[in-house]
Amino acid sequence: MATAYTPGLKVLTEAVIRKDRLLPLDGEVLVKKGDKVKATDIVAETYLPGNVVTVNIANKLGISPEDVPGAMKVAIGEKVTEGQAIAEMKSFFGLLSNKCESSTDGTVENISSVTGQVILREAPLPVQVTSYLDGLVSEVYPRKGIQVETTATFVQGIFGIGREAHGELVLRAEDPNTILEASTIKPEDKGKILLGGSIVTAEALKKAMEVGVVGIVVGGFNDKDLRDFLGYDLGVAITGNEEGITLIVTEGFGKMRMAQATFDLLKSRCGMMASINGATQIRAGVIRPEIIIPLTGVKTQRDVDKEKEKSPGLAIGSRIRAIREPYFGRLGEVISMPAELRKLETEAMVRVLEAKFDDGTIAVIPRANVELIET
Amino acid sequence: MTDYSKIRYILATDCGSTTTKAIYIEKQGDVYRLVNRGEAPTTVEAPAEDVTRGVLNAVSELEELIGRKLLKDNEILISSSDKEGVEVYLSTSSAGGGLQMMVAGVVKSMTGESAQRAALGAGAIVMDVIASNDGRLPHEKIEAIRRLRPDMILLSGGIDGGTISHVVELAELIAAADPKPRFGAGFALPVIYAGNINARAEVEKTLGGKTALESVANIRPVLEKENLGPARQKIHDLFMEHVMAQAPGYKKLMSWTLVPIMPTPGAVGAIIQTIAKKYDISVIGVDIGGATTDVFSVFKDPDSEEIVFNRTVSANLGLSYSISNVVAETGLPNIMRWVPVHMDETELRNAIRNKMIRPTTIPSTLLELIVEQAISREALRLAFEQHKSLAVGLKGVQKQRTISDAFDQTSTGESLVDLMALEILVGSGGVLSHAPRRAQAAIMLVDAFQPQGITMLAVDSIFMMPQLGVLATINEKAATDVFEKDCLIYLGSCVAVTGLVKPGTAVMKYKISLPSGPVEGELMAGQIKLLPLGLDETAEGELTPLRGLDLGEGPGKPKLATLRGGVVGLMLDGRGRPFSLPDDDKERVKKLVEWFTELKLYEHIPGE
Repeated sequence: MATAYTPGLKVLTEAVIRKDRLLPLDGEVLVKKGDKVKATDIVAETYLPGNVVTVNIANKLGISPEDVPGAMKVAIGEKVTEGQAIAEMKSFFGLLSNKCESSTDGTVENISSVTGQVILREAPLPVQVTSYLDGLVSEVYPRKGIQVETTATFVQGIFGIGREAHGELVLRAEDPNTILEASTIKPEDKGKILLGGSIVTAEALKKAMEVGVVGIVVGGFNDKDLRDFLGYDLGVAITGNEEGITLIVTEGFGKMRMAQATFDLLKSRCGMMASINGATQIRAGVIRPEIIIPLTGVKTQRDVDKEKEKSPGLAIGSRIRAIREPYFGRLGEVISMPAELRKLETEAMVRVLEAKFDDGTIAVIPRANVELIET
Repeated sequence: MTDYSKIRYILATDCGSTTTKAIYIEKQGDVYRLVNRGEAPTTVEAPAEDVTRGVLNAVSELEELIGRKLLKDNEILISSSDKEGVEVYLSTSSAGGGLQMMVAGVVKSMTGESAQRAALGAGAIVMDVIASNDGRLPHEKIEAIRRLRPDMILLSGGIDGGTISHVVELAELIAAADPKPRFGAGFALPVIYAGNINARAEVEKTLGGKTALESVANIRPVLEKENLGPARQKIHDLFMEHVMAQAPGYKKLMSWTLVPIMPTPGAVGAIIQTIAKKYDISVIGVDIGGATTDVFSVFKDPDSEEIVFNRTVSANLGLSYSISNVVAETGLPNIMRWVPVHMDETELRNAIRNKMIRPTTIPSTLLELIVEQAISREALRLAFEQHKSLAVGLKGVQKQRTISDAFDQTSTGESLVDLMALEILVGSGGVLSHAPRRAQAAIMLVDAFQPQGITMLAVDSIFMMPQLGVLATINEKAATDVFEKDCLIYLGSCVAVTGLVKPGTAVMKYKISLPSGPVEGELMAGQIKLLPLGLDETAEGELTPLRGLDLGEGPGKPKLATLRGGVVGLMLDGRGRPFSLPDDDKERVKKLVEWFTELKLYEHIPGE
């Protein structure tokens, strides 16, 4: 029997998800193994030295560099605030005073009697990593970060833009075919992740950003609108750093009815907090955008680590979805897999399968143009 | 040493970026012949993340087609039995596919830009340019390196003899990022250092243990000069050695094969050189895949008279993973100019983008096929431009360019690629080898490469050149037998006048003694004429270019030639060289329909 395999996206009701959360530079891990964490908790941080600001006291007070130390009102190591007088020169028997103020908050790092300058170091810049997920700390990597683990509903999109986001998942579509229009978006959607249907319009995306929506999950999106949003044509699909909003597309480009199973699953999770990431890399070593909804408090079947299961591959009886025109998005079951090649409209001779769609119609489709439904 | 001259049953695979192909060869009497081939999507992505899965799937399909057991317990069955298994199993791979790299330079507008030019010129996609003065904080640069997972990093900075601190800081940043490859543990990231030679020791100290570091000549040895050649060459070489071959499951695959797995471009290059040497001809070969388009040329160096082989891998051009990059590089209008049907831009963009995100799918409607073939013309054209600019003389020396040269990136007359001297143009890769009608492959090659004078066109019948290339390393007869009898399909000769043609005028007179009877006439400007001249047939031709146009003997000079046929026929191309399509849309569509109809490209033209 043929064991031809066609990879599909994950749509898992329940799975154990583990994520490494790492600092870019060594720092301090703020939690310990076994701790419960929330998605927005800072789990590790480090500080970069603050910016350096030089103040030329000698010039400002009109004194010579060697007189600067004597004019100082603050010492090395002392904290100063913006506007605070840090040096002063009195003249005319103390009746006239000339002051030099700090231009910033910081710490006095150096006072030079050679150059007449004072170096102020601004406050250190924090670099922090959040947990991203509600869950448990399953591993600690000293000075680097943690691994967080959670049992969650896990849905992969096919393409996305934007960074990690966290918010309540709310339903903004009647069914998987609904178009997410600007009129659907409300001011109370600020900070939320919207579940749409087949497509989000460019106007709706713009309004969502204005309102402060943090993410949108939808079946499809027009590439033309993507280009307008990004300001350039995406050459290679490597995303994840775009500002403004996180958009996850589950089916493809254009108006694409969201897969019923995906829509039903996400709809059932509306009202719950979700962590999403639009980062996508379409290349060998693929990264898909994701929606993770931790299941704390939700009654589910006993957890099964779905990630460890190996799919049996494409075979008679397999549930499939067509992933290319003219049957794009249609669900069905494989009823036969002829060994001989068949001729398409293009006149190409290819390996095909016969599928019975859920509406009962039967079609012959190239095997390359279907994906397995993984549940 | 084992004697492989007596082997009878051979299995060979090529793991491409998108598709894994398996071929089965048998010795029949005294001659080796291809029996059949199977294919399956390459499985480097999750959840399989193991290239051997795709190999097993492809071989499993082959088993069904030939009715012979080739697998046992999920491994290749090695056996000397007449009834099952194979005696040898070989493979090539480009399963990593595509080269996406980051470059780093001290000053963004100087070494940063030079590094970018070096990488682009080597056919890579540049994901990010990091510079000391790019406005980002160190941790932001580190995060960028980690997030983007480049296949390779090119580090440059500082003129030779200048200060070393900035470039060493960049090296420290890369070390701190501790960049991981896209897949596979135990795979060190290639880093090329092409900066101030005085900093080499420090850079080696910083990065040597953490990355696969190689140093080459400074790309900016002094401010006024740019020397990109050594860095470009190194990018190329490292790509072939490291990136292309390092798919997940690669180690397991290596344990199955008889000889080391060859990178696909290496294997194809080997066979191209075999053709050139065997027939003593100049050749251009192209392999257009999912992630990359590889161009090979064999020409005589006019200065030294020696035969020179050049190979370029355009890792930014392909028809699946890289398809959107082709669109981004050439622009949608350049693609649509080859399509005789008006399409809504929104729909078209969506269709192309959907192919990018689902790279293993194939066109099932005629219009989709026409669009993909239009995109392939552009990918081939761009890859060829890159090849022409990189092809070097025998010593492999690139001229040291001044900075003003660097900004003036026109291809020089020093390119070795001489389209008039070209004798055979061979195409390989899915879109060419699997074109449902061979004429489609012929016209894609002609439109993209615009060969001049008389050129034989050929395709790799089912895309097996990589496998034959690696087979040749253990049994040259087997490789050559299959190559001659089963691999290369001669499409026929293309006769093309060179020079700009004037619409409405005649461009060539011809008198050709075809096997079916003599024909003579005038070829008009912009016309393509297909004459019946089959495989293994020849015809004597008397060809006279008109109005100062050239067929290789000089402007207006007639040419007497023995013309060779093929499965498509003899193509007379009166479009001139270089040719472009009419600006007027109606005219353009009219011309395309005329050419497509003459060549019988499709069963019907959508919209007609």
